[in-house]
Amino acid sequence: MTADPAEQDGWARLHPLTPLLRGGRFALVLLAVVGQQGLRDSPGRAAAVLLAVGVPAGALAGWLSWRAMRYRVTPTELQVESGVLFRRSRRVPLARVQAVDVVRPFYARVLGLAELRLEVVGAGDAEAPLAFLPDERAGALRTQLLDLAAGRERAGDAPAPEPDRVLVVVPTGPLVWSTLLGAPLVSVVVLGPLLLGALAVGAEAAATVVVSAAPVLLGVGSLAVRRILSEYGFTVAESPDGLRLRHGLLDTRSQTIPPGRVQAIRIREPLLWRRFGWVRVEVDVAGYSGGGEDQAGGGALLPVAPRELADALVARVLGGPLPVADVAVPPAARWRAPLQHRRLRIGLDDGHVVATSGVVTTTTDIAPRAKVQSLRTTQGPYERRLGLATLHVDTAGRRLPGAVLAHRDAGEAATLLELLSRRMAPAAP
Amino acid sequence: MTPAPPPPWRRPDPALLRLRRLLVLLLVALPGAIGSLVLAVPAGGAGVLAGLAATAACSGLLLLAVERRYAAWGYLERDDDLLVRRGVLVRRTSVVPYGRMQYVDVTAGPLARRFDLAMVTLHTAAAATDASIPGLRTDEAARLRDRLAALGEARQAGV
Repeated sequence: MTADPAEQDGWARLHPLTPLLRGGRFALVLLAVVGQQGLRDSPGRAAAVLLAVGVPAGALAGWLSWRAMRYRVTPTELQVESGVLFRRSRRVPLARVQAVDVVRPFYARVLGLAELRLEVVGAGDAEAPLAFLPDERAGALRTQLLDLAAGRERAGDAPAPEPDRVLVVVPTGPLVWSTLLGAPLVSVVVLGPLLLGALAVGAEAAATVVVSAAPVLLGVGSLAVRRILSEYGFTVAESPDGLRLRHGLLDTRSQTIPPGRVQAIRIREPLLWRRFGWVRVEVDVAGYSGGGEDQAGGGALLPVAPRELADALVARVLGGPLPVADVAVPPAARWRAPLQHRRLRIGLDDGHVVATSGVVTTTTDIAPRAKVQSLRTTQGPYERRLGLATLHVDTAGRRLPGAVLAHRDAGEAATLLELLSRRMAPAAP
Repeated sequence: MTPAPPPPWRRPDPALLRLRRLLVLLLVALPGAIGSLVLAVPAGGAGVLAGLAATAACSGLLLLAVERRYAAWGYLERDDDLLVRRGVLVRRTSVVPYGRMQYVDVTAGPLARRFDLAMVTLHTAAAATDASIPGLRTDEAARLRDRLAALGEARQAGV
């Protein structure tokens, strides 16, 4: 059935069910609005008109935009053409690809479809998301794109998906407990006595507390549920393509980070997790926009794991042992950061900069020196009085701030600035 | 072999100082003076004097601040990177390697253009990078931009 000229020369279309899936959510909203109106007013004529006009119009628009959208892979680029009225032709240079995600929203999973997203430097949003493709097509395309991006040749027409070696699977128990041992526990601890006290006063006071606390509880609860759903069954695997992260219960996401694309890593150890020895590892890759769908994932490399396991994984991802953060701040820093000055430590070796900080949550930031984009020292008036300065090690990516070497001795900060800037600009490749 | 003496820090053009001073006069001293005169209607001569004194004090302080801020700006083109320093209360120094620059912006507002000034801003893949140099003569800004772009291209390291 290759009569269609649009599908020649390697051009391909998305799955024909795409407009249905894309429009599905919109149609549901429309139905809800119309339904409500219909119930309130007389069996609404307006509603009937809306349905009679809106649904076919939406279907037509969806079909047209599906027809207009096509993509093709060349040895150096992914080319995407779309748009009915305003034609848009996009070329994504594969050398700039930072990560490839295969996302399967729940409704698409049911139909065996998936969305392929390329993360590219400097793009505000995922560049050219291909939604939706059949599952196996998405997998094959991912392998093909990653191969081309890495300059690998592969024999045969249909590249076999790379077998990957599972490194870590996060069990459900710790995932759920660790999520509850955060904002949910805190809100219960705070609101519980408040509610009991109000009950002692009277039913009316209790009702007031419940009503005013409800939005907070709902927010906290839904965030916790979303996090658990998103990070359920978190699997870290290693494949020749790079690091592969798979997670999600209803909507699943499979991220592939090619080697050397990690910009920064943060290890977080909240106070309440400390007695279990748990930490959370977050990773930053240039190109992720940070907002929207990414937020639920939170950029986790490992949502919860014992410290040793996390350290081993981080060392493996960054390719080598990490320096120990054991250089403390000068005694004067206690006047500038009385609560956390003991936590402010740094470590440095040829490959990486490590900085720890935090009062309630101990945070360890790791920046590979080869990935540093710029260095900044800042010195506020109080710091100047104490002979201190802060060094910021900026990395690409928007989730993590790189490493902040806070409240160092001013002379040390100047030396570090010099030292780090020398290693920052490697000779041209 | 004797090491070459370190190249000196370069400063924004003195026209930037004139521009900033003019802005203080236009935005603070002039409205203050007019306000003081208007104040004469309800408050009489004493009000005018108080208003003028306050205006003069504010303008003087701002002029001083403008001067010190101007004096704090500096940039240094080294072999591999560009250093920018600024700030009086909070002192900042930024180091941006040429190979990390994604693009360079030259911007000039209407007033700055009258003074033949422009600002050069460096962008890297990190959002936190804040290296910008205001108050460069237009030709110096163009020279710096071209040099940075050329060096950036030659040393591009990718992300």
